Amino acid sequence: MSEVSEIIDTEVSSAQDDGILTEQYLTFIMSGEEYGVDILAVQEIRGWESATPIPNSPKFIKGVINLRGTIVPIIDLRQRFDLAEIEYGDETVVVVLRIYTQNGTRTMGIIVDAISDVYDVPIGDARNTGMGDNQNSNFIKGLVTVNKHMVILLELENLLTIED
Amino acid sequence: MSIDLSQFHQVFYEESYEGLDAMEQGLLDLDLVDPDAEVINTIFRAAHSMKGGAGTFGFTHVAEFTHVLETLLDQIRSGQRAMSQGIQNLLLTSVDCIRGLMQGLQSGAEADLTDAHDLKQQFEAILSNETPADVSDETIDTNQTSVEEETGGSGWHIRFIPELTLLQTGNEPVRMFRQLADACDGQMKISVDTTRLPVFTSMDPEMCYLVWEVQVDKAIDRSVIDEIFEWVIDDAEIIITPLGESSVIKEVVEPVPQAIQPKEEKTLSKPVEKEKPSTKQPAKTQESSSIRVSIDKVDSLINMVGELVITQSMLGQLGQNFDITRVQRLQEGLAQLEHNTRELQESVMKIRMMPISFVFSRFPRLVRDVSISLDKKINLEMSGENTELDKTVMEKIGDPMVHLIRNSIDHGIEMPADRIAAGKAETGTVKLDAYHQSGNIVIEIKDDGAGLNTDRILQKAIENGLVAEGANLSQEQIFDLIFQPGFSTADVVSDLSGRGVGMDVVRRNIAALNGSIEVSSERGKGSRFVIRLPLTLAILDGQLVQVGKEIYIFPLVSIVESIQLDDLSINNVGGHSDVLQLRDEYVPIVHLDDIFNIANEKRPIEESIIVVVETDGEKIGVVVDELLGQQQVVIKSLEENYKRVDGISGATILGDGTVALIVDISSLTKMSGASSKIIDGSHKAA
Repeated sequence: MSEVSEIIDTEVSSAQDDGILTEQYLTFIMSGEEYGVDILAVQEIRGWESATPIPNSPKFIKGVINLRGTIVPIIDLRQRFDLAEIEYGDETVVVVLRIYTQNGTRTMGIIVDAISDVYDVPIGDARNTGMGDNQNSNFIKGLVTVNKHMVILLELENLLTIED
Repeated sequence: MSIDLSQFHQVFYEESYEGLDAMEQGLLDLDLVDPDAEVINTIFRAAHSMKGGAGTFGFTHVAEFTHVLETLLDQIRSGQRAMSQGIQNLLLTSVDCIRGLMQGLQSGAEADLTDAHDLKQQFEAILSNETPADVSDETIDTNQTSVEEETGGSGWHIRFIPELTLLQTGNEPVRMFRQLADACDGQMKISVDTTRLPVFTSMDPEMCYLVWEVQVDKAIDRSVIDEIFEWVIDDAEIIITPLGESSVIKEVVEPVPQAIQPKEEKTLSKPVEKEKPSTKQPAKTQESSSIRVSIDKVDSLINMVGELVITQSMLGQLGQNFDITRVQRLQEGLAQLEHNTRELQESVMKIRMMPISFVFSRFPRLVRDVSISLDKKINLEMSGENTELDKTVMEKIGDPMVHLIRNSIDHGIEMPADRIAAGKAETGTVKLDAYHQSGNIVIEIKDDGAGLNTDRILQKAIENGLVAEGANLSQEQIFDLIFQPGFSTADVVSDLSGRGVGMDVVRRNIAALNGSIEVSSERGKGSRFVIRLPLTLAILDGQLVQVGKEIYIFPLVSIVESIQLDDLSINNVGGHSDVLQLRDEYVPIVHLDDIFNIANEKRPIEESIIVVVETDGEKIGVVVDELLGQQQVVIKSLEENYKRVDGISGATILGDGTVALIVDISSLTKMSGASSKIIDGSHKAA
């Protein structure tokens, strides 16, 4: 994991200084597409380890893990998006996110295929998806083009809310 | 430079709440016939410092209100006015009122002064009604006096008898007289009474031997005078009487030498009384998010951390150049580490422990209020107030206890006349007791009232369909019915009602704390409720069980027994639900892997283990694969980052770092559908 944090470090320090306000996004790969999450919400990145399943929970909830004494639920993002399931491998990582909701902070982990990069995205640059009102569009904050390819920015609060 | 006073507001509120609690407790303890001077002093001091604080912070409405209260208290304190039930009630209501004002201030809401205003008028009525002090047996028309008393009619007569040490406290009588002169535009006469002066040789120049008589010839407000003398009321005897009847002055003036003597005795004896240690500590019932920890507990923690550090460095050294010959030292070190850790854990847990008096302290008031409103005579006895229990448990046990105590008074204790007719003492007794028993805290609520009426309960339960007609229930089973959710309905018989109202809620609240409640009762002798609670909510004695690949934890308290089936005592009811015949009972069976959707290969039930658990008086048998060890587990919240899960009360971390879920037995029972079952006596092959 040290490699990953190095990437983050260098990118953060080389943040653009040309007067444009930017937000930083950590991106990761899932079945060929690149997704981004607000880097300020990322608490840590760790390797996959097995979780304790929760009875009668939705399928995409892989269970809970012990994160230094805190019980943290883990979501499989592929299953959350109804993508094909894959075997967890060496590159499979868990991005632990901490988000602020009305009910206080909430810590959750998402399983992704692999970590990609950190980008500076000018504020307001994200385009609306215009995908209509399907289940997945709720989780998407917008699309942004970085180095000529598309990055999907995720709306974490919706993504990490588990309805009853 | 101005100081931002608001930073002290919180401290003021906390002190005031403590003061109010002290006042309340003092008032309740007060013997109306022979009031203890120390108790009255405590009450007075609390009111006095609250008034001072409120004035300092500019909370004028609180200050004004406490002022009238204080005036009345001062008269009682100095023996000028006798304590009465009416005054006690009024003072208690004003404690509530001040508490309300404080809460208003704290929340920054607009103060609602209607209550305060009403009470203030009542106080003023009392204060003006009987002119205090030596004005003996004067029956004056009340209307007239109240007007006169406010403004003093044509003026006031003030007799100012300072203590000898007045000057040493930095007070200057002349300055006060000047203020008084300003207040009445100079229309006053002052005369000095020198009878206290000793012979010149034995005179101490620092003592104030003089006594003044002041006659104010202008109708000014009594409160103006009070304010001027406010700082010296503790150091002087001040007798203020309205002018009008000239005889009043005479009466007061004449017996000067005699009048002073007894008063001095009184004031002198006060400090002696003050030194008596007060038996009741002012307890605060407020549920704050911070706790006060005694310094001993902190010190012992620091000691233990010190030991832990030593052990750690010892182990560290051992690890640096370790070879197999030193394995024994390593083992010793590890044993010591374990010892240290356990002690540390215990002490950390102790920090959360607080004496149960925090809950108990609110009951005297409750008992008093309820018994007055019901016209019953009740004596509340409390013991074991120092028993400690976890703060969280304590916060949640208050309401169920209030309910039980109310029930005891309302429905347990009979009316005084009935009690006498039954050959009992007129005053009923409600006893509260708390003690530790094998890792639990036990709270008992006992009354010597009428006891539970088993016939009535049974009849009611049959009417409500909880019990089949003609069922043969044991006494315990009948008592248990009062905790059934459906037991209390609208048309409950009056003398029985309430014994069932909300009792299911009481039991549920207690069960939510992993506790239990039992009742025993004897007709005509009284009833006894026993609540058992775990000492802490943070740690649970758990039984680890395995289902498939998963490990779950059952709270040990709810396990009745665990059995391995060897013969065919399983019966099938209606196709899919199984029941187990357990001696004289039929117990529904739940497969944990089914109910929790755990991937598990089916194995014959004879190879499984059935854990029989009990909650709310209902038993279910839970089928699991294996029983693992028993251990204490630290409860972690699952809701914090996820949400509530049916059948699970929390999670914990096992020795290997993995997470195991703790089974919530009552929720599991509901999920299994077993709770819809009607208790039917004929099911029990008794």
